[in-house]
Amino acid sequence: MISDVTMGQFFPGKSVMHRMDPRIKLCLTVYFIVLIFCAKNFVTMAATILVCLAGIALSKVPAKLYIKSLKPILFIVAFTAILNLFYGTGDPLFQLGFVTITKNGILNSIMIAVRIIVLILISSVLTFTTSPTQLTDAIERLLKPLALLHVPVHEFAMMMTIALRFVPTLLEETEKIMAAQKARGADMESGGLVQRIRALIPVLIPLFVSAFRRAFDLATAMESRCYHGGEGRTKMKVLKLGRVDWTAIALCVVYLAAFIVLNILIPPAIVR
Amino acid sequence: MAFIECRDLHFSYGEETGEVLHGVNLDIERGEFVALLGHNGCGKSTMAKLFNGMLVPTSGTVRVDGIDTAVEDTQLDVRRRVGLVQQNPDNQLVAGIVEEDVAFGPENLGVEPGEIRRRVDAALKAVNMYEYREHAPHKLSGGQKQRIAIAGVIAMETQCIVLDEPTAMLDPRGRQEVMDTITYLNREKGITIVLITHYMDEAVKAGRVVVMDDGQILTDGDPRTVFAQVELLKRHHLDVPQATELIYRLNAAGCTIKGMPLDEQECVAAIASYCGKG
Repeated sequence: MISDVTMGQFFPGKSVMHRMDPRIKLCLTVYFIVLIFCAKNFVTMAATILVCLAGIALSKVPAKLYIKSLKPILFIVAFTAILNLFYGTGDPLFQLGFVTITKNGILNSIMIAVRIIVLILISSVLTFTTSPTQLTDAIERLLKPLALLHVPVHEFAMMMTIALRFVPTLLEETEKIMAAQKARGADMESGGLVQRIRALIPVLIPLFVSAFRRAFDLATAMESRCYHGGEGRTKMKVLKLGRVDWTAIALCVVYLAAFIVLNILIPPAIVR
Repeated sequence: MAFIECRDLHFSYGEETGEVLHGVNLDIERGEFVALLGHNGCGKSTMAKLFNGMLVPTSGTVRVDGIDTAVEDTQLDVRRRVGLVQQNPDNQLVAGIVEEDVAFGPENLGVEPGEIRRRVDAALKAVNMYEYREHAPHKLSGGQKQRIAIAGVIAMETQCIVLDEPTAMLDPRGRQEVMDTITYLNREKGITIVLITHYMDEAVKAGRVVVMDDGQILTDGDPRTVFAQVELLKRHHLDVPQATELIYRLNAAGCTIKGMPLDEQECVAAIASYCGKG
């Protein structure tokens, strides 16, 4: 039911992408998102798309799943593209009442659509090949310098780990409570929006009560296992950069140089 | 000196709830398997939390391996010696992957990574869950989750595990798995076990049974001696193992069966020899 959302899900595997250090993956994701938005001409754009497709191929996750991950954002893509269509500058191609369509407008809307799609795909490569624990771990380590400024980095990471751990548990419980309330004659499927939201109250209250009980138990369990904050804590899995990571970094540096040169030399797709 | 020493324990959760424990004295030796029995509200769960310093007695002392649990500075030393496993298997696992959860304790203790790996593997093998090390806990059965919780405790190399009704929420198969694990750890690894339960059939597996009632110790001894006091236990609304109960009732009805069987096999043997005699 709620659990078949593809976006942000992890698919275990042993591919190059799975083996890459999560910190590098996270940085490269941001790097490619920046690049796709900086690409000004068709060549750099196409090249960046190709690199991303290569990343998808390397992840060994079925293409079907990537397409599925795009579904929820198709509306946003279409909406932004159509909106951009009307705001082109330059010579009008044709005019219909107050609507003016220009060549720039069309190009612009295509580019924006492609950019959003690529953005989602790149992020999917990251989330599909990185377990939530690895991801929080990567975030914790990348943000570690902020701890010097008294930002509670470890606490945030711990919160995220626990939240992620309890998502399936609480989902399961929600379904159980809903079934229990339905068995008592609760009606959750009919009526307007307000009525449906109201029907959720008998589900949410027991859920909250039990979440607090779980929190108390968990706190006891954590303290019993000697948890005393991030100080003096070690990690079983130490993140270390391997061959895959250095290769990826090297390739991306080379790519960045080529990208910059091509982006300057080749005239932009949209001439204002 | 006993491993866990409780001297004249009094405990109350607050003014309005009144005192839960009224002067408990209890010694638990290294390597013992103790079952702590009693019905709800008799103070046995409170005892569990007192053993590892999660709660501190209102008066009296608890010493673990000579360390007073009430001293703030040495609390980590107490908890690395005495681990706690709670009732609800869902609420005590911290990480989203089995092996990372087991690693949680040693990570908190600042053990170096290679050593954590070794301990985690050893702990998972000891509870027979090694092949599940990369699974997500929410996909495991209750009995498996409870064994992961036990592994999480032994990965800290604790010398004693206190289990607070670890089988209460499990199905018969899960209960059996957990009981087998506990018995194995006690016999083969020499880990001291304090099992809090209200299943009598689990209690008979222990080397020593302590029965609590209304914040005090009612009786204490090996299972055979304790369950022989059927009258006393009944007076306090406590059960005895089914086999013992059967023989007790048969004798009450006029039979003269000898011995005090604790499990089915002994019960069958006792009845068979009685019938054989005619």
